[in-house]
Amino acid sequence: MRDTIEQQRTPHADSVLAEEPLVPHETPWQEFVRIFLQNRLAVASCVVLVLLLIAALAGKVLTEWVVVFDPETVRLPDKFRPPLSRPNDHLVPAHDRPVLGMYLFGTDELGRDVFARMLQGSFVSLSIGFIAVGISMVIGIVLGGLSGFYGNVKLGFITVDTLIMRFTDVMLCFPTFFLILTVVALLPPSIYNIMVVIGLTSWMGTARFVRAEFLALREQDFVVAAQALGLPERRIIFRHMVPNAIAPVLVSATIGVATAILTESALSFLGFGVQPPYATWGNILAGGKGFIFDAPWLFFIPGMAIFIVVLAFNLVGEGLREALNPRLRNR
Amino acid sequence: MHAFIIRNVFQRLILLFIVSVLAHSVIHLAPGEPSEVDPSNPRMKPEDIARIRAAFHLDDPLYLQYAYWMRDLFTGELKSFKDSQPVLPKIWRRFLNSLPLFLCATLLVWTFAFPAGIHAAVRRGSLYDRASMFVAYALISIPGFFLSYIMIMWVVNTFGVPVIGMKTFGMEQAEPWYRIMDRLWHLVIPSLMSAVLGVAVLSRYVRSQMLEVISQDYVRTARAKGLDDDTVIYRHALRNALLPFVTMFGLLLPGLIGGSVIFEQIFAWPGLGRLGYEAILARDFPVILTINFIAAVLTLAGTLISDILYAVVDPRIRLQ
Repeated sequence: MRDTIEQQRTPHADSVLAEEPLVPHETPWQEFVRIFLQNRLAVASCVVLVLLLIAALAGKVLTEWVVVFDPETVRLPDKFRPPLSRPNDHLVPAHDRPVLGMYLFGTDELGRDVFARMLQGSFVSLSIGFIAVGISMVIGIVLGGLSGFYGNVKLGFITVDTLIMRFTDVMLCFPTFFLILTVVALLPPSIYNIMVVIGLTSWMGTARFVRAEFLALREQDFVVAAQALGLPERRIIFRHMVPNAIAPVLVSATIGVATAILTESALSFLGFGVQPPYATWGNILAGGKGFIFDAPWLFFIPGMAIFIVVLAFNLVGEGLREALNPRLRNR
Repeated sequence: MHAFIIRNVFQRLILLFIVSVLAHSVIHLAPGEPSEVDPSNPRMKPEDIARIRAAFHLDDPLYLQYAYWMRDLFTGELKSFKDSQPVLPKIWRRFLNSLPLFLCATLLVWTFAFPAGIHAAVRRGSLYDRASMFVAYALISIPGFFLSYIMIMWVVNTFGVPVIGMKTFGMEQAEPWYRIMDRLWHLVIPSLMSAVLGVAVLSRYVRSQMLEVISQDYVRTARAKGLDDDTVIYRHALRNALLPFVTMFGLLLPGLIGGSVIFEQIFAWPGLGRLGYEAILARDFPVILTINFIAAVLTLAGTLISDILYAVVDPRIRLQ
């Protein structure tokens, strides 16, 4: 008798419990994925970025390691060929002809294959974006975290917080693009200088909100509890606080990659960008502006490529912001 | 209030000092010098280079060079390395050229961004809202010079008016009316292009501010009282949503100097941004440093003004 009651009750009780609104139906990760997937623009942008990543890796492999598409072959008889045109069979030697038997994106003023150059450039442009943002995120998180967590520690007459935040203010006083331009123009032209300079001049926003996030987290119960348990500070910071502060960092990193790609193209336009033989989308575009009437594809293909990729990064950033920030969800 | 202002001005002067020292060191420690601009010139003998270096104090220790720069800057004696013209009048002339561009662009940004943002917030989730979101991101993502080139081609082909430079060469004898129209065409296109990014960013910001305010209790109260929609939105919500934008009057100041390098270069507009660009190319250290210094002064003044304005318009904020 008693057994049958137990058997009857248990499944019933379970179902009641599951319908209880207070019991979470999904993990935070599942919730994040669900909200992100609802934003169709962001999902489409994600697909674009995955394709770009594949193109960039393929570009590195196929233009430098196993040279299938050679971006540096000069074919003077074939200059300014429009997209999808066939090479001139009589004048271009067999080993210089493009792999697919046609110039997918046309050729430039030296008869170089624009498709091969775009492939090579995708890796360079993307790595400029990622490395510059990596540098700025590391500096921003370290300085912001130090300022937020050890803000009250005194160094002589000044607190750590004052020191770091005043330094941030100093950096914000420089007109950013002008500063980047000055430094890039004075240093010897090199792709690494551009990455480092963009990274070193764009960390201030990250530092500020990581600090704000840390200041708020430090007062939260779970951090106080962790401190009361006597956990080492290293563990409190890296296991308990950083994962909770990482969401806005992720969003600003995504948008930062977009900004870095745009900055590189603006520098290329002014003639201070990545120098040949490296091709980036920025300097293909800057080189194509001189032939905008004779060979519009030299201008529009890299321009549209930059536009689509930067837009994709921005839209993914917006999607992440929506999915990661609970305060915005019900808007 | 006075104590607040005095203490802040003092703090900002210290910041300004650090900024100028930092800028000075970056410029002088980086490789590349004014004497090396033309290394292949066979007439540049080592003694000429030594003479140039001595004339520009380039052989002195850094702190002395800094002191010379500061002394010359504040006595108005500072001369450009490139053409020995006094720096401050040079900057002032270029500033007067940049000013109309800046004013026109700012006006465009504010007139377009506010209605667009408010409309999107009021109709949240509508087709208009989503479309304007997409357009704003598209405008943020397009490289400025790419869009400008397309725009120039379109304007020149459609309207047949030249848009490069500040005015068409050879129009001095024309009727005043033609001259004014010519100047306007030359002004509007570059301003529009430099306003594009501002419109996109600011309209998103206006939208989020409006949404923040619309969900407040006092807006619900106003609706509950039975006020009509326009009164609720424009009298109750908008006024409060505008508060943060008052501070933007202060933050606009530094925009006078930075940011316009690209557009002035595309449109051959002889403004401050281009002066800076030319100075960088010529390693004209006094001009670069002075433009940077003025930009820092404007940024610091701008943040101070915005802090004060904020306290003036928002009684909840107390300055300590």
